Amino acid sequence: MPLIKIRDLHFYRGDRAIFDGVNIDIHRGKITAIMGPSGTGKTTLLRLIGGQLRPDSGTIEVDGQDVHKLSHAGLYELRKRMGMLFQSGALLTDISVFDNVAFPLREHTDLPESMIRDLVLMKLQAVGLRNARDLMPAELSGGMARRVALARAVTLDPMMVMYDEPFTGQDPISMGTIVNLIHRLNDAMGLTSIIVSHDVMETTEIADVIYLLSAGKVIESGSPVQLRRSSSQWVQQFIQGLPDGPVPFHFPGVDFADDLLSSEVSA
Amino acid sequence: MIDFIRSLGRWGLDTLQRLGSGHLFLWYMVKGIPEVLLRFSLVIQQLQSVGVRSVMIILVSGLFVGMVLGLQGYNTLVDFGAEESLGVLVSLSLVRELGPVVSALLFAGRAGSALTAEIGLMKSTEQLSGMEMMAVDPIRRIIAPRFVAGIISMPLLAAIFSAVGIFGGFIVGYGLLGVDDGAFWSQMQVKTDWYDDVLNGVIKSIVFGVVVTWIALFEGYDASPTSEGVGRATTRTVVHSAFAILGLDFVLTALMFGEI
Ligand SMILES: Nc1ncnc2c1ncn2[C@@H]1O[C@H](COP(=O)(O)OP(=O)(O)OP(=O)(O)O)[C@@H](O)[C@H]1O
Ligand SMILES: [Mg+2]
Repeated sequence: MPLIKIRDLHFYRGDRAIFDGVNIDIHRGKITAIMGPSGTGKTTLLRLIGGQLRPDSGTIEVDGQDVHKLSHAGLYELRKRMGMLFQSGALLTDISVFDNVAFPLREHTDLPESMIRDLVLMKLQAVGLRNARDLMPAELSGGMARRVALARAVTLDPMMVMYDEPFTGQDPISMGTIVNLIHRLNDAMGLTSIIVSHDVMETTEIADVIYLLSAGKVIESGSPVQLRRSSSQWVQQFIQGLPDGPVPFHFPGVDFADDLLSSEVSA
Repeated sequence: MIDFIRSLGRWGLDTLQRLGSGHLFLWYMVKGIPEVLLRFSLVIQQLQSVGVRSVMIILVSGLFVGMVLGLQGYNTLVDFGAEESLGVLVSLSLVRELGPVVSALLFAGRAGSALTAEIGLMKSTEQLSGMEMMAVDPIRRIIAPRFVAGIISMPLLAAIFSAVGIFGGFIVGYGLLGVDDGAFWSQMQVKTDWYDDVLNGVIKSIVFGVVVTWIALFEGYDASPTSEGVGRATTRTVVHSAFAILGLDFVLTALMFGEI
């Protein structure tokens, strides 16, 4: 049985369908990548899985529980077993790097401070920022902040981690480290990982399964090898990053030529 | 015309909806209070930033308000040869009205706006949703401690304001205008009643503390997550708090002192 089962998911922002009948299975112990053009709703999907947004119809089950039918307490209990790396990092700005990583431990466990210290330093060591522990989030670069957020996402040793764009803003070395780290966490700790990313290279390197989303639908899914062999023009264009093809680069709406020709002047 | 009615309707619905979510928010905060009392260190941190940092402005304003009361009161009383009663006038005005009301207005401007901006910014930088995903309820962890701190701070600040104000009135009356100091203090002691005056003043300031902190926290939590949204929410906190304080003051005064 998959850890996460998404069935016939519909979600609207205003009149615009972000998801229009999506089915996704995320299997235990695997790394599943969600890919798709910017603005298709990848972050939205993670928020739906985490219970921060409600679908208009359809269901999302995590570990056998329907996320949106859980009580407040039940949802919070489930979230203790989910880690999430936010696209923006979402670090708490008024406490240090160390305290940020220690935050979930202090909130949810009664561990003695010495043990918390060891655990936090271990996680920070893994992302190469052990010596940055006394810095405040405002003193970090974007890439560093994201690595701290990554360390924080896994401090409670969750059963699954959702990474929203873990590779963005990393130099080649830390990128390699993070790819390795995600891979190692997944294999060593038996985590289930969901990666949202645009980095085709890195993602295909570690993902077991990839889902390609566009215009509210799953366009294609399968292993990296299967996708590379896919005959779909759409998939080929996306994976190879070609500028021309069926993948829309523009936010949907009025055609450019019509827009230029129209006499309507917006006030 | 139709447009006007329509926008009136929309405005009405929006207002109702905000009122509803504001009350729901209050309910969640109140539900979070028992847990906060068990983890009182969170409240102590907030007492520092909400309460202690407002002390300076309260001291200075209280002193000047008291001094002005001394001057104005003397000018009126002296016509009736009743300048000995200056102490009563100053203390009753402060303890019943000006202490709770002016310190609440200052509190809204100093601490309320800061709370709204802080929470609004935490929301717009996703710190609140980050917390939710770490299974930490921001209403219990962030909002409720601030709420409790606001409720504790307000009556204390009002008391400081009244005390300093009475002292200011005394400086002016005794030092500048030559009112007899014995009469100033003894009349004040006789005529200021613990229950009718002091306790009612304290009740007022607790009510104001609840309302101002509630408005400030709700505006921050409900702010649209942009810099403009947070700015607007901060302004709204100060304006709505002022209306609420003055309106409630009338109601409370009518209930407590008016023979209605
Ligand atoms: N708060 C919101 N209100 C209205 N629309 C929103 C809101 N948040 C996101 N959207 C819309 O939902 C769509 C999906 O957004 P989402 O952030 O999930 O995209 P994404 O796939 O994560 O993109 P990216 O790769 O750039 O991060 C976007 O087109 C956006 O316009
Ligand atoms: Mg995104």
